[in-house]
Amino acid sequence: MNYIEVNNNQRISVFSIPVLEYDIFADVIANFLTKDIKYHCVNYFGFPEKGNVKLICCIADDSKHSINVLSSIVNSNDKLQSITTKHFALHIFEREIHENFGIDFIGHPWQKPVRYPFNRADKNNIIANYPFYKIESEELHEVGVGPIHAGVIEPGHFRFICNGEQILHLEIQLGYQHRGIEQLFLEKKNLLQRTTLAENIAGDTVVGHTVAFAQAWESLCDFKPSEALQFERVLALEHERIAIHTGDLSAICTDIAYQLGSSVFGRLRTPIINYFQQWCGNRLAKSLIRAGKTNFPFSEQLAEKWFEVINAYKPDFKEMSSEIFDMPSVLARLEKTGTVSTETATSIGTVGMTARASNLNRDIRFSHPAGFYQKLNYQPILGKTGDVHARAKLRMGEINASIELITKMLDKFPKHDIKENVMESPLADSFVVSLVEGWRGEICHCAITDENGELKMYKIKDPSLHNWLALALSVRNNEISDFPICNKSFNLSYCGNDL
Amino acid sequence: MINNLKILYHQGKQYIPDVTTVDVPGIFRGRPIISKTVVDENKLINVCPTGAIGANPVSIDLGKCTFCGECTFAFPEKISFTKDYKISANSRTDLIIKEGEESQILLNPEQIRTEIYNFFSGSLKLRQVSAGGDNSCEWELNAAGNVNFDMGRFGIEFVASPRHADGIVITGPISENMAEPLQICYDAVPDPKIIILAGTDAISGGIFDGSQALNREFLKKYHIDLYVSGNPVHPLTFINGVLSLIRTKK
Repeated sequence: MNYIEVNNNQRISVFSIPVLEYDIFADVIANFLTKDIKYHCVNYFGFPEKGNVKLICCIADDSKHSINVLSSIVNSNDKLQSITTKHFALHIFEREIHENFGIDFIGHPWQKPVRYPFNRADKNNIIANYPFYKIESEELHEVGVGPIHAGVIEPGHFRFICNGEQILHLEIQLGYQHRGIEQLFLEKKNLLQRTTLAENIAGDTVVGHTVAFAQAWESLCDFKPSEALQFERVLALEHERIAIHTGDLSAICTDIAYQLGSSVFGRLRTPIINYFQQWCGNRLAKSLIRAGKTNFPFSEQLAEKWFEVINAYKPDFKEMSSEIFDMPSVLARLEKTGTVSTETATSIGTVGMTARASNLNRDIRFSHPAGFYQKLNYQPILGKTGDVHARAKLRMGEINASIELITKMLDKFPKHDIKENVMESPLADSFVVSLVEGWRGEICHCAITDENGELKMYKIKDPSLHNWLALALSVRNNEISDFPICNKSFNLSYCGNDL
Repeated sequence: MINNLKILYHQGKQYIPDVTTVDVPGIFRGRPIISKTVVDENKLINVCPTGAIGANPVSIDLGKCTFCGECTFAFPEKISFTKDYKISANSRTDLIIKEGEESQILLNPEQIRTEIYNFFSGSLKLRQVSAGGDNSCEWELNAAGNVNFDMGRFGIEFVASPRHADGIVITGPISENMAEPLQICYDAVPDPKIIILAGTDAISGGIFDGSQALNREFLKKYHIDLYVSGNPVHPLTFINGVLSLIRTKK
């Protein structure tokens, strides 16, 4: 076999991952990805091992609910045939490997820096000298935005090439948020420190990333979380989805200058995130998710409280959302703006909400359900048009679906036993892939332990890594004044990309 | 139009009438109280993921604390968190809460520059710089301006250009890659100007302290006017902190 088939959160021995010659490795990956749409790459990364670079690629099989893992050992001076030439979605992973280790990928169309990490291969490359794409013409002009943006948001640089008011090309340069988080996962030795790091990967996806970490860690320790723990995580994930989607609808209204929508959705988010505070003492759910335990067990009172909050939310949300999707002046701004076709969404490997709005069915809750999701049989909602309208409407649909899902779950929910299993330390020489559908999309954490059970490698992938290119392509031939609303409709993570 | 009016009517009044006295719902972890109970101090210190707990006397540094609450679960008889969200200070050491201290954290009027009251007490425009922030503090700063918290009623607002600002609010541990943009932004703000650090990451680096990807040189060069604790900062903490900074008359 050229690969090993694993399930989401299944611990395997690191030695059981087949090590292939790079050419075969590249062929196997390309064959999967070009054969069927059910395959997509959830993570592809390198890490240093005995003076070489070990490459590990994880290809998800959406219909078999499994992940195919394969590896290769190469040298940082190597020049390797790029797989991007056969399947474009790998472009970002090869860029990252090139930036981290200096490996050259022959035929890669765009081997540019991803995030300027402190431990990059070429320290002479600095963020101020990013090689932007240029078109020489007297007809065209460039517009540079950022790194610091007009609003209270994270930094990143956008470089537009415009023909009059029309955008011809947009290039997005990130890296300003790089905090060296993957390295810190190895340096900070205690579990609470690592959990805190996971909570800080992206502060708007605290539950998503911390659940991914907790599940990866528990698998490494061969610990099976109780049903009550699994239930709480799914509840928190879906509640986080309601909160952020509501806030995003507010932000979309702000950017089309629809003040009422902006205020109403903005204030509707308040009781939703305050619910997290009532549950765990933090409005963004920091401190709620812990590997192997919980400090805040769910209770009947919390269930009652949830219904109270949601019953107050529902009529107001329904009234406001039917209004925005019925108002000609709103629809005129949302429809046919920032379109990503299904074809583009597939070829660049988008995931999560962005993919689903373009009618591409990528949803880990459906394709690789873990824990309590296995009981729920969630059916993803798909959009058709791939424009801002589709992404806004998908949010409305997903808010309603999440409310329905939690309502169903609360009908009869598992309680904590007085005596639950105690988690031991991670086992030696293990490998695990942990996939979680956060509100943005597919979060993937991979971990490897050494012969003493110490973390040797921790790799984080936020869905934004795939989806930033979708934003760049969606604005082509749009008016530059529509950029903010396109951007909000994706609401991608800067720190999730920069790590 | 009729529908819009209906929505307005159904929404009613959403603003918090008095943001200085309102009670926060649930189990908010604000200013901690450390009892005089004797516990295994080494064990207590080792619980904390960011080294915020000190010994002799036992103390918690709110500039380092992530408010995760693990210390109260391990030593409930020693440490408890109150719901007091007024946890800002204008002197770094005032954020360190010691054993037996139960008083509110107040700004030290001696350290507030005179021009702050003279220029900014009625109107303060701020430029926010996220320098490696994880988007949680940024979220809460945005929330401070929403219809519930409505910071704008005090004349406090975030603006797009540093040229229009009276100061900067930094979030995040300050990444190396943001060090230069931060400096450029600060230089572009006209005098007199203030600096506010919002959130644990900005004040001490938080869980990122010691990362090689940070560059916190900027903070060594200037006087910090306000430290706002939190992970992330609560909108009420931010609004109350800024209000006491601009409204305290020497």
